[in-house]
This record gives sequence, structure tokens and C-alpha cells, in this order.
Amino acid sequence: MKKWPETWKEYNTGGIVFEPGNARSFKTGPWRSLKPVWDNSKCIKCGVCYIFCPEGCVQEGPDGFFAADLDYCKGCGICAHECWPSAISMIEEGHES
Amino acid sequence: MLEIRWHGRGGQGAVTSVELLAMAAIDEGKFAQGFPSFGPERRGAPVEAFNRVDTKQIKIRSRIYNPDVSVVLDESQIGPAVVAGLKPSGTLIVNTAKKAGEVRDLLKKKNAGFDGKIATVDATGIAWSELGVPITNTTMLGALLKVTNVVKLAALKEPVEHRFGRIAQKNLKALKRAYDEVKLS
Amino acid sequence: MTKPVGMEVAVAAAEAVALCNIDVAACYPITPNTHIAEHLADIVADGRIDAEYITVESEHSALSAVMGASGTGARTFTATSSQGLMYMHEILPITPAMRLPVVMGLGNRAVSGPINIWNDHSDIIMQRDSGWLSIFADNGQEAVDMFIQAFKIAEHPDVLLPINVNMDGFQLTHVVEPIVFPTQAQVNKFLPPYKPFASLHPDHPLSMGTLGLPDIYTEAVKARDVATVNAKKVIVDIWKEWEKMFGRKYEPVASYKTSGAEILLLTMGSMGETAEMAVDELRKKGVKVGLLKLKLWRPFPFDEIRKAVRGAKTLVVTDRAVSYGGPGGPVCSEIRGALYDQPNRPEIVNYIIGLGGRDVRVEDFMKMVEGAPKARKSGDAYQIYGVRE
Repeated sequence: MKKWPETWKEYNTGGIVFEPGNARSFKTGPWRSLKPVWDNSKCIKCGVCYIFCPEGCVQEGPDGFFAADLDYCKGCGICAHECWPSAISMIEEGHES
Repeated sequence: MLEIRWHGRGGQGAVTSVELLAMAAIDEGKFAQGFPSFGPERRGAPVEAFNRVDTKQIKIRSRIYNPDVSVVLDESQIGPAVVAGLKPSGTLIVNTAKKAGEVRDLLKKKNAGFDGKIATVDATGIAWSELGVPITNTTMLGALLKVTNVVKLAALKEPVEHRFGRIAQKNLKALKRAYDEVKLS
Repeated sequence: MTKPVGMEVAVAAAEAVALCNIDVAACYPITPNTHIAEHLADIVADGRIDAEYITVESEHSALSAVMGASGTGARTFTATSSQGLMYMHEILPITPAMRLPVVMGLGNRAVSGPINIWNDHSDIIMQRDSGWLSIFADNGQEAVDMFIQAFKIAEHPDVLLPINVNMDGFQLTHVVEPIVFPTQAQVNKFLPPYKPFASLHPDHPLSMGTLGLPDIYTEAVKARDVATVNAKKVIVDIWKEWEKMFGRKYEPVASYKTSGAEILLLTMGSMGETAEMAVDELRKKGVKVGLLKLKLWRPFPFDEIRKAVRGAKTLVVTDRAVSYGGPGGPVCSEIRGALYDQPNRPEIVNYIIGLGGRDVRVEDFMKMVEGAPKARKSGDAYQIYGVRE
């Protein structure tokens, strides 16, 4: 499926992107080498990880704890850096145990 | 085409005069331009402003170098600048209580001899009496009209009223007085 | 038709913009453009039009503000000169890239170095490649007409490009001269409300002004270039429509007494009127001279120039800006480009005139024409007329 306009005639007037939020289709998860893992026993549900995530991919679950959407998480580690009770660890993919 | 150059000092209203005259001429169905000597000006600095009036379209856009009439709002400016380029057949109109002969002598003394017509009117005196301030721009318009008949007196009524609002009638009175009192020699 | 009124051209320009019922204006005043900004602000403050006037802190913000407003579908206006236009420069090419039909009034003023507030064309020439459409007014009436035309041109669905209307600073902006205003009814008939191609609104979200990777930038340039070139046809059509409605003719290259002319003089801007008088005087002396007046600068009217100079032996092009270390006068270099491939083309002489507000008189134009053979022999690509040696 062709995603982008290719020829100059197909280029939208003014370069306008008509599909709102189409950044969603660009999955950046495969960029990471480390991923964040929450220790909920330490988590105080302050939401700082949610606020600081530059990707906006840390989401609050129905239980009030937080997790990253791994389709988009780039493994930058900011959530772990900002977490007050140090409840988040950055772990290499495949080494979760 | 009539070319008029006004001499004043910043704050004396020379630019307002040329605008009013241009508007009046255009209201009469003539073609006219009114523009200042362009640039930053400050109170007291000598300024020049210009009018062109004609019955056909005016295409020339350069400055006026050889005016037919030179109007001097401030007596202290009598000197070479006010007669520079003034046509020998032209007229110098000066705001002064002096007589034309005295003005002529003064110019000669300053190496600015002028043999054309000189008109004088004590516009400052009229302005003090009718307006309470020594601002002579509208007053001198009256003198200019009498000397050149460039527009009818009535044509200035609306532009002056529009510009001056509450004090328009006083200005029109000063204008009319100068119209009546200007002496041409 | 309304009776001519005497009005300062800059003030008349603001009145013309008000007739077009703009929605948003953001102007930062700069000499000699101040009177447009001030008078438009008065009009909005008096409630004569229903518009938003944003008092921004700089020209950079002025253009940014009107672009944002234009993106929401508002009809927008800004005005500036010289250093103000330079301050806008960072944003300037983005307006046509985003296909936003902003209208800008320019009171052409020399670009600094040394500081000079008087008239020449260096300010708009320096923005030559920005992608804005550009038209030049010869007198106050043309300025008023062109502002109204500008909105229609810019907003045309086949154009959707910003446009600037050029008026010589002081020489036009500060002169009181006769202006015939169209009535509001006439303007409403000529200029329909703006129908944006797309607009920012929460109900139908979209993105404007996004990143363009190397993969797409070339296509973006081509799309925009084609639109800019095609704008000429729309401009000519709209000018024909104006002539039908108001009886005043506008052409990309207007001609004056060119019939049988062996030597042609070319001007852009208000000096053209003074040049007409020079042509009259020279014709009286038996010189077969005519005048071309360039009214459309961008997109450049290549075909019209080629047609207009046919048959002439000499073309004297006057420029009011210089490209340092380059081909001299920008208008002349574009004309040379237009004529390069022509089998028969006139010899070209280029005079740079009227820099930084230097007055150019009827006699000067006559001297330029009479001195053209000598100038041509000198072999110089251009001459700065009247420079004291």
C-alpha cells in the first residue's frame, strides 16, 4: 500500500497532511535496544513517567499503574531517569527475567 | 501646471497645508499632488512641502526644482533657500509684517536677490488673533489663494472642517482674513 | 463611478484593504509604511470592518501571525518595508510553500548599509526568489486597484500563493493625489469571500507546515514552481475582468508611445510616469522612443517582454537596485535571460537609477536615452546613473 505521495502532481497542495495523527503508522519500537520495566511494588502512581515520556507512549492502565506501548517506545530511558522511587529499570530486550 | 513650494519649520503645519490644498483642488475636479520633502523631521527644523495643481493628469513625480510660487511660513527663513529655483516670473509669498520692499532688500543682503513678485501678509498676527497660536499654515493658504487663485476659497471649506473639527471655523476665519489682507507688489 | 478624492496613497491603500473585508491584520510599522499600519488600525478600532488587528512586536511575528490566521481560512493582510521585510525573511518563503494567500503591502525602501529610509527597490529585489507573487503600482490609483486585485489573485484556487503589492516609499506612499474608489458593492461583486483549500479546525484536523525529507522536497518545489508560473494566466484574466468592470487597464508589460519606436525605455514602479513625460519631450525632438512599464514582476512575464521589444534596436532598462558583483540590475538581468534565445534582439543598456531616494527627473530620462549609444560602447554591463565620480 502506497503511503506517501510520489510524483509532484500527487504532492498535496502546500504539503498539507490530511490524515490526522498518521504518525501512529510509523512504529518506532524497533529502534530500541533497552526497554523500560516497571516494578509496581515501588511505583507510587505519581505519573511522572507519563508526563516525561517524549514519545507519549507511557500509558496509565486501569489499575493506575503505568507501562510503555512497545510499538513506539524507543528506549530513551527518560522515564527511568525521572522516576522518583526508581521503580523503572531499563533492561536489554530478551533479558527481562 | 502650477508648482508651489512651501517653506516652514517642523511643527508649523506645512505638510497639512499641502494636503489640504491638494484635496481642495481634487474636490474641484482638478488634478493635484501634495507631498512633503520626505524624511525624518523634528520640531523647528526647516521643512519643505510641495503642491502641483493642473487641469490634466500630473505624471511628473520628481521633486519641484523651479516652483512658480514659494510660500514662507516663518519669517526667519527668508534667505537663499526660499528663492532657490523660483521662476523669475514667479511669486514669493511671505509671512511677515514687513513691506515687500524690505523683504526684497533683506534677500539681496543675503545674496538671494529676487526680482519677481513678492506678496506679504502678517499671518502670525492673524493667527494669534484668530487662533490664539502662532501656527500660520491655514492662514497662509488664504494668502496663496488670493495671489494665485489656484482653487476657490469655498473648496477649502470641507477639507479644513474634516481635518480640524472643532477648531475648523477659527482656521477658516484666519484663512479668509489673510485672503483679504495679503498685499501683492 | 465615485468622484475622485484627494487622499494620501498609503491611507488610500488601507482604505482599499478595508473594502476587501479582511479578517486578520498584523502590521509592525516602519517608515515609509507607517501610515498603512496606522490607518488600518484606526479602521479596525473604529469598527468600520469586523477584523482582528494583532499588534505584534516585530515583522517576523507579523508574518507568522497572519500565516497562522490564514491557515484557519482567514483573509489576511500585512505591510512593511526594507529592514522590516528583511526581518520577515526567515518566514517569507514558507508562506508560498504552505500555499497561504496572504496579501502584503510594501512601501519600497532602500535596504540598509548605510541606513536609508528613502525609496528604491532593493527591499523587494532581495526577496526575489522567495516565491511570492509581485506586482508594481505606478501611481496611487493603481495602488488602490492592485490591493483589491491582489486578494482575488492570491485566493484563486489555481493560484493559492501570497502576493505583495509594491508602492514606492514616499514617492507614492506619502503623496496626496486623486483616487477613485470602487464602491463596496462593486468590490463585493469582484471579490467573493475567501474559500480556503484547507483550513485548521478541530472538527477536521490536519497538519500544515510539516517536515519534507530529501525524498519529497524536489517534488514539492516542482509543484510550487508550476503553480507560480501558471499564476500569470490568472493574473492576466483578473486584470481583464477589472478592466471590464472599472475601465482601467492593467497588463504585465504596459506600453506608451511604442509604435515605430527604435529605442525603448523600460521602468518598473512610479518613475514610469516621469519617464512618460521624457518620452513626450524626446518624441517632440524627433527621437523614435517609446516606454515599457513593467507591472508584473513575479511571475516574470517572459513572453510579454519578448513581444514588447520586437522591432526595437535598443532597449534601455532602468533598475532601482543592484546585485553586487553580479549582473547589475536585476530587472535587466531577467530581461537579458528572456531575450537570450531570440534570433533578433535589441541591444541592451542598463542604468541603475534612483538609489536610496535619489530623485530622477524628466531630463535624466532624456539623458539616459540620448546617452545610450555611448553607454553601449563602454562595454559595461550596467551603469550607475548620476553617480558623482
